[in-house]
Amino acid sequence: MGKFEVNLKINNIPVTVEEGTTILDAAKKLNFRIPTLCHHSDLCVAGNCRVCVVEQKGAKALPAACATPVSEGMDISTNSAQVRTARRHVIELLLSEHRSECTSCYKNGKCELQDLANEYRVNETTFMKLVENKGYTIDDFSPSIIKDDSKCIRCQRCVRTCTEMQSVSALAVVNKGEHQKIATFMNKPMHSVVCTNCGQCVTHCPTGALIEKNYIDQVWDVINNPELHVVVQTAPAVRIGLGESLDLSPGNRVTGKMVSALRRLGFDSVLDTDFTADLTILEEGTELLTRLKKALVDKDTETALPMTTSCSPGWVKFIEHKYPELLPNVSTCKSPQQMFGALAKTFYAQKKGLKAEKVVSISIMPCTAKKYEANRPEMRDSGFQDVDYVLTTRELAMMIRQAGIEFASLPNEKYDSIMGDSSGAAVIFGATGGVMEAALRTAYEIVTGREVPFENLDILPVRGLEGVKEAKVLIENVKPEWGFLEGAELSCAIAHGLANAKILMDKVKSGEMSYHFIEIMACPGGCLGGGGQPIPVNNEIREARMKAIYEEDSSLKIRKSHENPEVIALYEQFLGEPLGHKSHELLHTHYTGRKKY
Amino acid sequence: MENKKFKLVDIIFETEGCDVGVVLDRVLKRTPDDIIMDMIDSGLRGRGGAGFPTGLKWKFTRSESAYDKYIICNADEGEPGTFKDREILEKVPMKVFTGMAIAGYAIDAKEGFIYIRGEYRFLQKKLQSQIDEFNQMLENKGLDFKIALRWGSGAYICGEESALFESMEGKRGEPRNKPPYPTVAGFRNKPTVINNVETLVYATMINKYGADKFKELGTRDSRGSKVFSVSGDTPKAGIYELEMGLQVSEFVKEFGDGDTKAVQIGGAGGTCVPRKKFEDMIIGYEGVPTGGSMMIFNSSRSMYNVLHDYLEFFAEESCGQCTPCRVGCQQLLKGIEAVKRGERPPSYLDDLKSLAASMKIASKCGLGQSVANPFSTIIDNFREEVIY
Repeated sequence: MGKFEVNLKINNIPVTVEEGTTILDAAKKLNFRIPTLCHHSDLCVAGNCRVCVVEQKGAKALPAACATPVSEGMDISTNSAQVRTARRHVIELLLSEHRSECTSCYKNGKCELQDLANEYRVNETTFMKLVENKGYTIDDFSPSIIKDDSKCIRCQRCVRTCTEMQSVSALAVVNKGEHQKIATFMNKPMHSVVCTNCGQCVTHCPTGALIEKNYIDQVWDVINNPELHVVVQTAPAVRIGLGESLDLSPGNRVTGKMVSALRRLGFDSVLDTDFTADLTILEEGTELLTRLKKALVDKDTETALPMTTSCSPGWVKFIEHKYPELLPNVSTCKSPQQMFGALAKTFYAQKKGLKAEKVVSISIMPCTAKKYEANRPEMRDSGFQDVDYVLTTRELAMMIRQAGIEFASLPNEKYDSIMGDSSGAAVIFGATGGVMEAALRTAYEIVTGREVPFENLDILPVRGLEGVKEAKVLIENVKPEWGFLEGAELSCAIAHGLANAKILMDKVKSGEMSYHFIEIMACPGGCLGGGGQPIPVNNEIREARMKAIYEEDSSLKIRKSHENPEVIALYEQFLGEPLGHKSHELLHTHYTGRKKY
Repeated sequence: MENKKFKLVDIIFETEGCDVGVVLDRVLKRTPDDIIMDMIDSGLRGRGGAGFPTGLKWKFTRSESAYDKYIICNADEGEPGTFKDREILEKVPMKVFTGMAIAGYAIDAKEGFIYIRGEYRFLQKKLQSQIDEFNQMLENKGLDFKIALRWGSGAYICGEESALFESMEGKRGEPRNKPPYPTVAGFRNKPTVINNVETLVYATMINKYGADKFKELGTRDSRGSKVFSVSGDTPKAGIYELEMGLQVSEFVKEFGDGDTKAVQIGGAGGTCVPRKKFEDMIIGYEGVPTGGSMMIFNSSRSMYNVLHDYLEFFAEESCGQCTPCRVGCQQLLKGIEAVKRGERPPSYLDDLKSLAASMKIASKCGLGQSVANPFSTIIDNFREEVIY
């Protein structure tokens, strides 16, 4: 059904838009920017901050531009005296319940409230400061996220993110009137509720009320300690996001500059999580094939299928809370970050002739849940905490600024060895569908001896921002040892964003759909849209980052995990074989169920 | 301006000769369109306070093509100084139910709900058995319409229609963005007629007596009569049905204690009319609209305290979702306290009035929009009492 067109005037300029368009979007079409705070293109309309109010001729009240659809003959002013006064009042009111400590605030310079206050030259002393009189809490119990109620402006973006986008509902609105606030269940600290640490609330918070717990000072301390050997690993999605926090436009691939920046920061060895992403493919691919064999040939009813990925710590915590009965379906593989950590203090230390206790392993992640993951008790198989500190992409950018490094003019440098080699298959771990694609590239070839039957290795059905994706791969003319798979159709599904994960897993749980292999990433778009990535984020930015990831993949000579020479060497020199004894000891783990709230 | 003399009316509580079964039989013989035309013709406007023409509300909802539509009786009577809906539900519940059934027939809805404030729990047993009896009567008459009770939990904001829907849907009671209006997307996002308890009784009575009879009462903009809850400094506190369009001075003459200095019309969110304006104001949609709350203050009362109480109430009862209302109410409250204590100059009251004006136009719903009414009328008329 075609949509009707609506004619209206904005600031006396006629404009025609589709029925259902908001005043905000219609104004955008005429290049009038209306300020917003509670609005976010990822989320449903709230219309509660009232910063975007505009004047509508003939109407008694000022409609909120973000929440009001256009209607025929509307006459809108976006900048009348009445509008400016109301907006200024709204901003002043928000500031009155906001603890302004801008110079020391972590979000200084990146705060939407600060920008607005600046734009409207508001007077912060017009109204009485309310925040000092109220008891407020700063919850820093979580290793990932700090929640500071005194900076909260109740826009509810976090609540909508946590509920709609992630179906986690760790955050909710409680109380009313002057006591209204955003809280967890029974005001429990964030680390003891259903929070998955995904950090999407952090990337959607306009102020400093929700931020990642930063470990910048601790990392400077270990770098400056000459006794310690500090290795750093960088996740696939960091190289295509980092530039945004350093004044570059979205979609810039800055791998080489990032490596040289890390070297200039003083890390002893600059290595790549992509190396262990390739390793994950070999372990996880083998695990999948083993499970298929157990289920199909040995008729072992204990073997859980479909197998789901385990790279995303937000997803792992989500399934622990919401589907503990499906935990046997989760791959036993640790995430690439944790495989790297376990190897850094064993294999790497041995090879480099270092004492494990002198090796500090740092990771740069697009993720806040990785901070939590590094602290899990399951992640100490090297005999030490496998990963010592996790920094987000944003924290790395902050360190680069602190060090006075002019990022844009850095030379492109290469990763150190060992554990610095990677394949295109590893890079695409950063995008939703990437682990699936990488796994298929390898598993198909293991089983048939031929490359996956997709042009140029690009498995397009698993790519893109659609919430739940499905793919089927027919396996034919297999090698003799994989005879049981002859003619089988491997059925796969991919979900990103935990709301989509829930949709998919509910179908799996009810038996409505059956698959062999499922990839789930907690964040929309996969790691490229992770909670530790540069702010702001929206689908346009995710698309740009995604394009960069696939460009990075195409640009690499090696595009299949099993061809990564350092991974081959690792098996020869240290691990033996995938799922071997050593692998089990260092690279695999099990998770446990948690309560529902 | 047309105004009316004091006249007691007996329509709402009239029970003699009012057999709702007979009214319903007559309604069912007519077409829904005829019923709606009559309602429009009667000039009946919503008695909850906002005053939207009832017939139009029904007409808009009827014109929606959805299969599921709902009738909701708003009995979340929470406006300070209002207590008439409770009395109506106690005395003439069948007339309320009949109004719902007529509305249901008119718009083609099959379900009706009475959303009643939690504080009226004591009515539950009796109301439920009356509802059961009424539903049985509808079944016997072959009208496919059922009424059920839904309980509020004490939040003032849930009397706001869209917050009420949210509450009924089991969610946090917060007003929605409008449009869409309830006639298009109300309860469960289906077309919904939501009417005040009293409005529904008038709907029944208009169908009993005809629109012309109703139109004989009141003024051009405020047809008919209205039930008032009279409280405060009056020897005659209670519930009275009066003709609309009454001059405030007439009201005070009847109900005041001889020393009335102000009447707060329309509850906490209403307008404060001082003595010097009693002659200028009439009670009705063209003058001071009200959901029925009439609070009378004599010269022993501090208007600062009155305003302070209202603001405390709003700071507590704002749902908190929109900035102007959540923070604005607190600022107005803290602001008059600071002026009283001398911590802010008297001129700060003007800053606060300007803020209240912004709240009136920028708040998301009627709650925040209405706070400016008592604030500016009390500040304007009793400035000295607020400062000193």
